[in-house]
Amino acid sequence: MTDLITASNITVNRGETKILDNVSLTIGESEFITILGPNGGGKSMLLKCLMGFYIPDNGNIKRKRHLRIGYVPQQFTSEQTMPISVGQFLRLRKKVSAEELETITAETNIEALVNKPLNILSGGELQRILVARALIGAPDLLILDEPAQNLDISGQLAFYKLLSEIYEKRSFSILMVSHDLHMVMATTKKVICLFHHVCCSGEPQVVTKDPEFITLFGNDMAEMMAVYQHGHNHSHAH
Amino acid sequence: MLIESFIIKGLLAGIIVALVAGVMGCFVVWRRMAYFGDSLAHSALLGVAFGIALGINLNLSIIILCSFFALLLVWLQRKGIFATDTLLGILAHAALSVGVVTISLLEQRIDLHSYLFGDILTVGDDQIWWLVIGGSFILLTLALNWSSLVLMTIDEDLAQAEQVAVSRLQILLMFLMTIVVAISIKIVGILLIASMLIIAPAASRQLSKSPEMMAIIACLIGTISVIIGMYFSFELDTPSGPTIVAALAIIFVISFPLARIHKKTK
Repeated sequence: MTDLITASNITVNRGETKILDNVSLTIGESEFITILGPNGGGKSMLLKCLMGFYIPDNGNIKRKRHLRIGYVPQQFTSEQTMPISVGQFLRLRKKVSAEELETITAETNIEALVNKPLNILSGGELQRILVARALIGAPDLLILDEPAQNLDISGQLAFYKLLSEIYEKRSFSILMVSHDLHMVMATTKKVICLFHHVCCSGEPQVVTKDPEFITLFGNDMAEMMAVYQHGHNHSHAH
Repeated sequence: MLIESFIIKGLLAGIIVALVAGVMGCFVVWRRMAYFGDSLAHSALLGVAFGIALGINLNLSIIILCSFFALLLVWLQRKGIFATDTLLGILAHAALSVGVVTISLLEQRIDLHSYLFGDILTVGDDQIWWLVIGGSFILLTLALNWSSLVLMTIDEDLAQAEQVAVSRLQILLMFLMTIVVAISIKIVGILLIASMLIIAPAASRQLSKSPEMMAIIACLIGTISVIIGMYFSFELDTPSGPTIVAALAIIFVISFPLARIHKKTK
């Protein structure tokens, strides 16, 4: 097993403040990692560093050779003034065979949307299309930046369910930034709490009991998480 | 034969402007650069003034001054003290005013009117060459970077994650805009360059299903407007710029019912 990305002691300064302070993390094969943390805690900056389009002031990042990353961006609003079909958007700057496109559209449940214009789609449909685009070229690692931010509760549920299904089917890794604590807890395998530095990390159940997590998100949130997981585990028994 | 020659030159110049503006204008519409384009055109008058004062080619002096204007704008934007529209409002009208003052002080007989509203029938051979070379450069550059530009217009983060050099392309687009302004001033005039860039793509938007189709239809609409505009400009002895833009505006209005019929027939 080779690790996909190893970041050691990354520090990013912006003036006097340290956006990232001595952050280290490793993304291995077939991992599902979620980065949690308050706004302005450096989550997006960490993603930029990991993907290599921001060079940290200190520390280094090792990427596996020929690492293929699929990226799903934050807050996607489709441009109303540009006429473009879903199919053309998916193929834009991508080499993709008809078979691969067929597999991916089936996997993300967007077969019916391929010939539609991009600008009439709902938030949930757009997110699925962005995931589909990111899956082209069989990435080793899928990076998602707050993918379900603009969706309602049922939309979020459906989206995370789809993501889990894709994760189970493909033997690749997922790194996701998210705010949806309760949703994430049920899906992800590992949580990293980031507030400029890594506050705590580990399995979701373990992290919610961590004193630093409780300081960061408040006791209520930690208790709510515990209750949620409790309920969630029970629901499997029914 | 004299009449025919200057009409043909004017027509050729107008059609090149229509083609360049049709494609470039799509990006202006998509990326909301309309006010930027308008401001750039206003600042071009200062370029005209400098060109005349220093005795250098006007196209060149406009490109240099507009590039400087664009860089100044980017620098001020990064400072973040004022919103972009405030900055553009200040820079554009300051440059226009200083330009008019400078031209007045030069004590040369300069037809300000022809710079403001265009004078397509006095286009000379050297201007045709500027149009052909500048226009081909713009169209070729846009075509070569087409899919990257389209992707970056849809979502900049996504484009950056997929190895598109986003900031380099943004600067490239700004630079191309300065060339568009420089070479088309003589044809449509400073005050109407922005409308030349916007109206044809906006009309075309209703009728197209892909970015490429929108650009091609915008070129067609622009070309038709230039032909109609030039005909009436010549017949009625009206300034070329406003006559062409009036033709564009009429086509824009017609595009709405046309788009409805287009949709119904499918």
